[in-house]
Parts: sequence; structure tokens; C-alpha cells
Amino acid sequence: MRNAFAKCLLTLAIQDDDITLFYADIGNRLFNPLKEVAPERTINAGIAEANMASMAAGAAKMGLTPFIYTITPFTTARNFEQIKIDIAYQNLPVNIVGTGSGLSYANLGPTHHSFEDIALMRSLPNMVVLAPADSQELTALMPLVAKDKRPCYLRIGKKNEPVVHQETPTLVIGEAYVIQPGEKIAVLSTGTIFPVAQALVEQLNLQGINAELVSFHTIKPLDEKYLHAAQQKFERIITIEEHNVSGGFGSAVLEFYNEHQLAMPIHRFGIPDHFIDQVGSQADARKIAGLTVESILESLTKVLP
Amino acid sequence: MNSQSSVSLAELCKKIRLTLCEVSQQTKTPHLGSCLSSVELLAALYWQELNIDPLNPNKVERDYFALSKGHAASLLYTVLAYRGYFPVKDLYQHGKTGSPFEEHPGVNAPAGVELVAGSLAHALGQFTGMALSAKIKGLSNRFYVLMGDGELNEGTIWEAAMFAAGQKLNNLVAIVDFNKWQGTGRSKDIMHMEPLEDKWTAFGWHSIRVNGHDLSQITEALEEAKTITDKPIVIIADTIKGAGVSFMEDDNNWHYRIPTEDEVIKIAQELALT
Repeated sequence: MRNAFAKCLLTLAIQDDDITLFYADIGNRLFNPLKEVAPERTINAGIAEANMASMAAGAAKMGLTPFIYTITPFTTARNFEQIKIDIAYQNLPVNIVGTGSGLSYANLGPTHHSFEDIALMRSLPNMVVLAPADSQELTALMPLVAKDKRPCYLRIGKKNEPVVHQETPTLVIGEAYVIQPGEKIAVLSTGTIFPVAQALVEQLNLQGINAELVSFHTIKPLDEKYLHAAQQKFERIITIEEHNVSGGFGSAVLEFYNEHQLAMPIHRFGIPDHFIDQVGSQADARKIAGLTVESILESLTKVLP
Repeated sequence: MNSQSSVSLAELCKKIRLTLCEVSQQTKTPHLGSCLSSVELLAALYWQELNIDPLNPNKVERDYFALSKGHAASLLYTVLAYRGYFPVKDLYQHGKTGSPFEEHPGVNAPAGVELVAGSLAHALGQFTGMALSAKIKGLSNRFYVLMGDGELNEGTIWEAAMFAAGQKLNNLVAIVDFNKWQGTGRSKDIMHMEPLEDKWTAFGWHSIRVNGHDLSQITEALEEAKTITDKPIVIIADTIKGAGVSFMEDDNNWHYRIPTEDEVIKIAQELALT
């Protein structure tokens, strides 16, 4: 996914002289093509993420369209106050890109895990929060992000994520993307955990439960139109995210129905509220977190007919 | 630019001081000590240095000033008022419901305020990004940031300092109001400050040290800053917290204290502005 990000950014930077990248000393050769095309707009901000966020706010004030990029915890949690004040409060069009989100870097330990970032970013006024399911969704969103004048957080994976879309879909920021329509249950997924949601829907359908599969690439603003319609249509909703089960996408859906006083059974699947402190791969970490099809199905057995 | 002689500017500094005290007394605005130590620094900038136009505050070729020590907002508002951005009488709305004069400059601050402030040490990074962007875009704007010495406790200052020097941002001027106090004590007793000039030099900056209440020294330093071609510039200004009011000088109680009506009368007498 990070390769797709670099490729999209290169295309955008060729078309638009204001596109500027700040990265916190990661990426190695990832941005070499961009450096060749726009060396002055490919800026290594050093291992100084708080300052990177502030500088990007300054760049936006001067009319540039900055993207800041590093591993997710360092560009959401470490520099949170700079994002809050310099970017969100001043409502500047800075695009914050977190790579290796969720448990992508499971084997690097909890310092490199991020399952609080959606909660942090969606709590900031003015902030758009995006989590594409795969490189194709990212490719669809990048030109929209570059044009959008709101602060934006883009939560992406690392590399070799399973492909969801064979072609680049047409996406709209703030509109959920229905990949497979269904009737009884809606499975709403955000970000790169999508293949788990996809496998879950397959299993549910095999069990005779007609389920809808949706990519919620936009967490904020939440697609309320979809959720209103879903309340009329479905018996229950399942949300899946590689993020703390509290405070993230599932919570946003729950809050929506609560605020509108609409009855809807919601089953949230995410990372339980504890650190994943055992060595292992992303697949191992997902098992620990209960973010596998088997584990989710087992939980659902108790409530599904 | 609007040149003004040192003599008349010194007189103007007195008026600014009295207005600060009157506004503080009437609107219960704290941080007088912090405001008073920076009066000459802002006066030199706003009347002798910055390329600005109060009638066209957003002109693209302007120089930018950021008050990083946002708790001295009252000083920035007062200077902007005397410089012609809005009427001086408006200052007495400070802190009132719905007024643009927040205790720390916010997004609804009056024209002339370039950045929000309040949480310390945010401006140098943002201005570093702006100075870099001006270079990228081939623009000639210059960027001036005023910081307090207490603010230098924050690590982000030094992140920005290293980056700006690495990029040779000679369009960026940092000014440190070195009044030797911070919120609750002597700055040198809380973190190791000196040799401050050497510290910035070691970080790759061109450092200049001045008496922060001497207008001609400040002006000379600002002139020298414009001759530097390959480094950002820092002006370490030795100042006195509460400067210009005998009973406030170097007394850290005036970080938060509000003067009484009688004290404001005394201040007017001291400044010979009765």
C-alpha cells in the first residue's frame, strides 16, 4: 500500500506544483522517483514528527498541499498536539498519512502498533478520517484528498495487502462503498482488515445468512445516509476494524444509532483493550486480538439464529 | 516599512506599556510581566522592520510575525492597535464574551495575527515550514518568531532549530525574550539555559545578543540578520520581566497579578503619561 501511496503522490506532484511531501526519515528508496521529479518538494523532516506536523501546517498556510508521512503511531500519537492545534484548529489542508497502521508492524512490538489512532483523529474537529481497504481504494482516494481543503488523516497499511478491487473503484469521501449487497446483516469494514470481513460474509452466506459487505473507507464524516438506510434494511450490523474496539469505527457507528435513538443490534470487532505484547506476525497478532473469521463467527454463534 | 526615530518610538513604548496596564486592570488580563518585557522587541519589529500594511493585512509579499509566547497576546493586540490595524479602544474588549481578543490568540483573532498560540513552542516549527515554503515558491517574505526563554524548555523548539539550520533558512529570524523567569521560577533554576547564544550557534544558527530594551541594538540586530545568507538567525534579547514599571520589574508575581486602579495611576505617573 505504501508503494501505491508513493506512486499516486508522484502522479499528483507532477500535475500540481503545490503537492509537497514531508517524511520523517523513513521510506528509504520509496520516494526516489518523487525526489527526481520534485527534489525541493520531497522533504526529509528528520526523526522529528512533532516538528514535521507543525512545518506542514506552515506549508499549508503558504499555499502548498502538504502530505506528512511516517509510521502511524509517530504521526498520530507522538505529534497529536501539533495536529490538534496547528492543523485541525487552524483548519489547514494538511494530509497526515500513517503507514503500517493497526497491526501491520506486529512483529516490531507495541511501539509500532497503532490501535488508538482512529480514536485520536476522529476526536478532532475539522478532521477527515480515511482508511482504505486496499491499494485500489487508496489510489481512488488520493486525488480526492489532494483536492480536499480539509485536514485529513489517511490510515494505510504497509505492503502486499490482499487486493480487494481488481480495478480502481470510483469513491466519494464520506460515502460507504457497498462491495456485495445483502439483506439480513451488514458487515461494515474499515481499512486493511477488509479480507477478514470478506471471508466472514462468504461464511455467513454459506450458512444461509444473506450478508452485505461494505468498505467504510471514510470513518469521518460518517456516511449517515447509509446508516439510516441500513437501519431500515438489516436485522443487525457487524463492524470490523484493526483498531481498539473502543473509540474507533465501531464506536462511531454505535454513537450514530444512539444519537438518533434508532434501535439496531451492533456487534463490534476490533482489538480488545490490551497491548499485544507477544512476539508474532500480523496474522498471529490478529489471532490474539480475535480478529479472525473463526473467532468472529464463534462470537456471532451466540447471537445469530 | 514605517521608519520612526528611536526617540518617538521610545515614547510610543511608554504609551503601549500604559495601555497594557490599563487593559489588564480593566479586563483582568494577566501576564503583564511577560508583555512588558517584549515591548521594545515588538516596537522595533512593527515600526522599523516588518514589511506590513495594516490597510492590507493579507498582502502576499508581507513579512510574517508570530507571537509564540501566546500568553503575551495582550501586547500583540496593543501593538497591532497602535500600528493601525484596529482602534486602540477595541482593546478594552479583551476577554469579553464574543470578542476577537482571546487570552491566547485564536482563529477569530483580529487581522494581523498570523498564528494561533497558547500552547508553547508551536510557532517556530510552523514558521520554519512557512520559511521553507517561501523558498520552494521563490518568495521573498521574511519570518519572525518571538519566543520566551521558558518556552525553550520544549523539545520541539530544538527539532525546528536543527531543521531550519539544516535547510539554511536565512529568511527565518527567531527572537528570544530572555527575561530569566518562567511561570513559577527562575528559568536557569528549572532547566540549564546558558550559554544560550552558544547553544543556538551550536545548533547552526547565526546568534546575536542584544539588550532587549535598547531599540537601537534591536534594530541593528535586525539589520544584521538580513545580511546572513546561509543560516537562520536568532536574536537573544536580554530583558527584564515587567520592564518599565518600577514595582513590577523582575518580580515574577506579575506573571499572573492584575494591577489595581491606584497602581495604574502610579504607572501613568512613572511613565509621565498622566
